[in-house]
Amino acid sequence: MFGLNKKDTSLLLIVAALVLLAPIILNPFPEGSGLAQFNAGYPDLMQRFVIFGIFAIGFNILFGLTGYLSFGHAAFLGAGSYAGMWMMKLLSINVIPAIIFSTIIAGVISLAIGWISLRRSGIYFSILTLAFAQMAFALAASVLTPITGGETGLQTNLNDPRILPQFLGGGSSVDGNIPKPSLFGMEVSSSFELPVAGWLWTFNWGYYICGFMMLVAFYLAIRIFRSPFGLMLKAVKSNQQRMNYTGLNTGPYMLACFVISGMYAGLAGGLMAAMDPQVGAERMQWTASGEVVLMTILGGVGTLIGPVLGAGLIKYFENIFSKINDNLLHQWFAFLPDGLEDFMVTIIHPFIGKGWHLTLGLMFMAIVIFLPGGLVEGGQRIRKMFNRRSEEPATKTTPAE
Amino acid sequence: MDAIILQILNGLDKGSAYALIALGLTLIFGTLGVVNFAHGALFMLGAFCTVTLSRLLTLSHEVVDPTRKDFLGNPLKVDVPYIYDIFGETTGATIIDWAVPLSILFAIPVMIGIGVLMERGLIKHFYKRPHADQILVTFGLAIVLQEIIKYYFGANQIPAPAPQAFVGSLDFGALVGFEPGAIIYPYWRIVYFCFAMILIGAVFAFLQFTTFGMVVRAGMADRETVGLLGINIDRRFTIMFGIAAAVAGLAGVMYTPINSPNYHMGMDFLVISFVVVVVGGMGSLPGAVLAGFVLGVLESFASMRQVIELLPGVNQVVIYLAAIVILLTRPRGLLGRRGVMED
Repeated sequence: MFGLNKKDTSLLLIVAALVLLAPIILNPFPEGSGLAQFNAGYPDLMQRFVIFGIFAIGFNILFGLTGYLSFGHAAFLGAGSYAGMWMMKLLSINVIPAIIFSTIIAGVISLAIGWISLRRSGIYFSILTLAFAQMAFALAASVLTPITGGETGLQTNLNDPRILPQFLGGGSSVDGNIPKPSLFGMEVSSSFELPVAGWLWTFNWGYYICGFMMLVAFYLAIRIFRSPFGLMLKAVKSNQQRMNYTGLNTGPYMLACFVISGMYAGLAGGLMAAMDPQVGAERMQWTASGEVVLMTILGGVGTLIGPVLGAGLIKYFENIFSKINDNLLHQWFAFLPDGLEDFMVTIIHPFIGKGWHLTLGLMFMAIVIFLPGGLVEGGQRIRKMFNRRSEEPATKTTPAE
Repeated sequence: MDAIILQILNGLDKGSAYALIALGLTLIFGTLGVVNFAHGALFMLGAFCTVTLSRLLTLSHEVVDPTRKDFLGNPLKVDVPYIYDIFGETTGATIIDWAVPLSILFAIPVMIGIGVLMERGLIKHFYKRPHADQILVTFGLAIVLQEIIKYYFGANQIPAPAPQAFVGSLDFGALVGFEPGAIIYPYWRIVYFCFAMILIGAVFAFLQFTTFGMVVRAGMADRETVGLLGINIDRRFTIMFGIAAAVAGLAGVMYTPINSPNYHMGMDFLVISFVVVVVGGMGSLPGAVLAGFVLGVLESFASMRQVIELLPGVNQVVIYLAAIVILLTRPRGLLGRRGVMED
């Protein structure tokens, strides 16, 4: 189906089902129960899951396929955000032109940056992209203030021109409110709430727009991974010199890959601006580039589903794990004797709440050290372990070859 | 003219910090072939050695002061640092005042210890892994170290003042024949610059004139052959990692009066110091030092009022611009050699 082989089709269908049912799957605990705070099925967070999923998929196309570690991808995310914001200010509050334009702008910028950075490889490439991203951050924060709003950032205003409101709908500000981003009249913030027994499921329109975009992005990524182009990029990763010796110019392939990857980031940025219409320069800081690297590594570099998993996990940690506080811990360990309870809380305290970055850093180090393939490899190892156990008698009887 | 000299002087202290961090980075890169993204964190740890020491020195206990009474007539309690009990009040106060320079002594063993521990515990396992993995694991380590410091010391800046003797500024202009007050330069920045020069000189002398340094340099050129000669090169490289960590730490210690330590200062310096290393030429020690000072001075020139008025915000991007231009015109950096990191 869709020009994919059977395995990839089923993977795509599984992802599609997960995206569709996310509001239900991510809300496993009934409303009002003690565990309800682990529910991640609220629109804000789900949007972030899929948007950062797109970002990580794009990053993985570059890093996973070619092994070029870019530390500057946040620049494209930020550029996409600003571009999308401007479209919503100037043209129409509709999200379609916003995300199209943000993808294009990010593509143009990544073409320029990639054209220069790709002259070098290895650590030089990482540093060059890092330098460019820091420069973009500094530019956005100060020099380009008329365009980017400087430190205060950019948001939609009442008196934005929005020259195409009738054509694309939803742009009127007659009632005196700032119009909200919408898709042909359907506001992205509108949701449909469905109370079922103790649960409350929120189906948010904006989330489904992002989710659809992520499915498209995911599908394209599969096609890229399986195409001759993707094969060429993998060859670059395994030995670029040999590729050059065979008389093949890898340059255009690398540049195309870099631009595609940058456009993914731009799309993510545009969606981010569309879901939450305010953009600041901090989105471009190099730690933000580091974050997408973490996501990809955590999930599994070079795998299809890995980056999405990694993005989801990190965003889940950031939003849920960081809310756990000492009071809650005391509740959890209340069954222990007093001294032991305090002891447990003291031990766990640095790793939760505001200290969740520490957990993240440790987890990340552990993954790089012990599980370079990330979560996907972890899953494969576990599966292999079970398979081997069941197949053991069979393998013993096969004669050595 | 005086403005130009002033900017050069202003650039020197930041340049010194860049040069010191980049020196350590290059040292680690040249000896172990490891790209250490945790080096900025080592700089930060050095600064927090100072904070720790000054907290230790000012540990105090309450004593009833018989000479003073509060408004109800009760005797007033005052905090007296333990160090007063040991050394007496005047000497004790002087020691507390000199906490920053004193923490050099404290930081050297601590930083060497941290460096050796880091190399033996973590970096050792990453020699054979790709550079990307090294970057990633040290980046993770940097996050962890930063968060630990944040947990224990909080997210706010912690002031660490210079000794009273170095507070104030030198009227540099009057010394070299300009009108008085034209070029005023804080004493501590002079100290920092001199300290950086001494430290850089010491590292170079150590590598150049000691047998240990000779072996290390030989190992940098050809690790295997040196190993075949029956020399335990790994141990020497571990010590070099400790020394590089100490250099970064000391740069952090002495930088505290210029910029109060905070938990993210390492990350702030890390990016720039990597740019410095690459501009100087990966693996070239003199290149790292040269590029550090050049970029520091360049940054300070771009921060001049006249320049800012002309091109606002240029002070924040000038380093990266310079790096991009240099890398495009001289791909190996200012003093880089052929064949380093060109896979």
